[in-house]
Amino acid sequence: MEIIFEFLLIISLIICAVFALTSKRLLAATVIYMAYSLIMTIIWALLQSPDLAITEAAVGAGVTGILFAVTLKKIHALKGTKDE
Amino acid sequence: MGTNKQRSRFIDWVNGDTPEKIHEYSYVKKTIPSHTEQAHEEVITPKKARLFDIGYRITAVAVCLVVVSVLLYTVFNLPLFGSPNNPASNEVVERYVEKGLEETGAVNAVAGMILDYRAFDTFGESSVLFIAVGCVMMLLLRDKNNISAEEDALAEKERIIEKEVKDPILQKIVLVVTPCIFMFGIYVVLNGHLSPGGGFSGGAIMGAGLILFAASFGTNSVQRIFNMKTFRGITTIALMCYALSKAYSFFTGANGLETGIPLGIPGAILSSGLILVLDICVGLIVACTMYGFYSLFVRGEI
Amino acid sequence: MSDFLQTVVTFRFEIAAVILFGIGFMNLLLQKNLIRKIISFNIMDSSIFLFLASQGFIDGRVAPIIVNGVTDASNYINPIPTGLVLTGIVVSVSVSAFFLALVHRLYKKYGTVEFDEIIMLAKKEAE
Repeated sequence: MEIIFEFLLIISLIICAVFALTSKRLLAATVIYMAYSLIMTIIWALLQSPDLAITEAAVGAGVTGILFAVTLKKIHALKGTKDE
Repeated sequence: MGTNKQRSRFIDWVNGDTPEKIHEYSYVKKTIPSHTEQAHEEVITPKKARLFDIGYRITAVAVCLVVVSVLLYTVFNLPLFGSPNNPASNEVVERYVEKGLEETGAVNAVAGMILDYRAFDTFGESSVLFIAVGCVMMLLLRDKNNISAEEDALAEKERIIEKEVKDPILQKIVLVVTPCIFMFGIYVVLNGHLSPGGGFSGGAIMGAGLILFAASFGTNSVQRIFNMKTFRGITTIALMCYALSKAYSFFTGANGLETGIPLGIPGAILSSGLILVLDICVGLIVACTMYGFYSLFVRGEI
Repeated sequence: MSDFLQTVVTFRFEIAAVILFGIGFMNLLLQKNLIRKIISFNIMDSSIFLFLASQGFIDGRVAPIIVNGVTDASNYINPIPTGLVLTGIVVSVSVSAFFLALVHRLYKKYGTVEFDEIIMLAKKEAE
């Protein structure tokens, strides 16, 4: 049972990696990358490394995503969010 | 909040600046196609460039496939996943786990390893963070060498928007949530030797809380308590404190000699000698680093 | 066939790490957009961390947090890869922050984040 769960996580990890790099909009790529980090967090917990899980949740899904989003704003890549 | 003017200004802010403001960039952009079509004295014709592009792509894919197949072949010949006779789990691991509790006093063997046996390595990592902030500061800090009138106007505009556009729901929730995040971060730092966590994760959590506060109330409100001076002070003092305390420990007892620092009862919060101090230092450095990145990216100053 | 499947099931994390490494490496070479290049670099990073951490895992053992004074090494997983990866994650975020700062400066100078256009503009500037 646990192996099926692990395979589900691994497959969604790979799907997230592919879609983060093929999505058209950069903001979507960033958000999918954050989802990738969250899946990675669960995998760390399954691999019996809770230290890594906490760090990845705070750093990978939190701070890195914020830095990407701020950079996207600075390089004017958020045009698709125009409210009309 | 709610008037049309403010709304359109906010939308402008979200979308970045209006294109006519950055006329220099738009001028540059317009010249790109003419440049490619011209194909002046350089021999790179569009056809040649396309051929190079196709060749590059094919080579890249081929290299990737070769690398991946070699790695997969290696993976299938590795020692079995999850087996206890793995060569990675040798006598070093036994020593760290079995003697770690009495030698370092840390219940969490990972914390005992990275902050006692391999503390010098962790010192290097903290210095890497410090240097990374220094590099980002060199690139993005707005001082007399890196300044332009356009950017000043843009920053002034953002400051006005920050003051005018207030989101009551966000701000009320942040007022409730931020203390909890900080409490959790401090808990994770202080319990680094007892439970999962430690300086790196707790510092990242505290930095994320500070970023959340800054994002909802504006960086100005954070600047009142956390500015360049405090940033410099905290990071340098934490690094110096780390270096000095570890130097003392190396000087007196790196080989298990008497250090004079009591290890305490395993499981108590005040135990495991220097690990608690080092955890606090690392946590402060990481928290300052994370907020420093955000602040430098958003405004070009801390 | 069942042998092969058995091997795949045994080495699931290592295979996933290699596939992710391949995806990240290929996109690092092929993408034109610098932001996507940085994301693929991050994916390569985390695939290597996954490989390292899976090398330290041992079936049926728990995280190296000593409970009830049981210090026998046969109860806990290998703490060394965890310690290495812990510091690696934090360094990877500072590296990607540095990359993003470089991208920001490039945008300020050239007005684009597409790699080809930047090279073209830089060549034109050098003439």
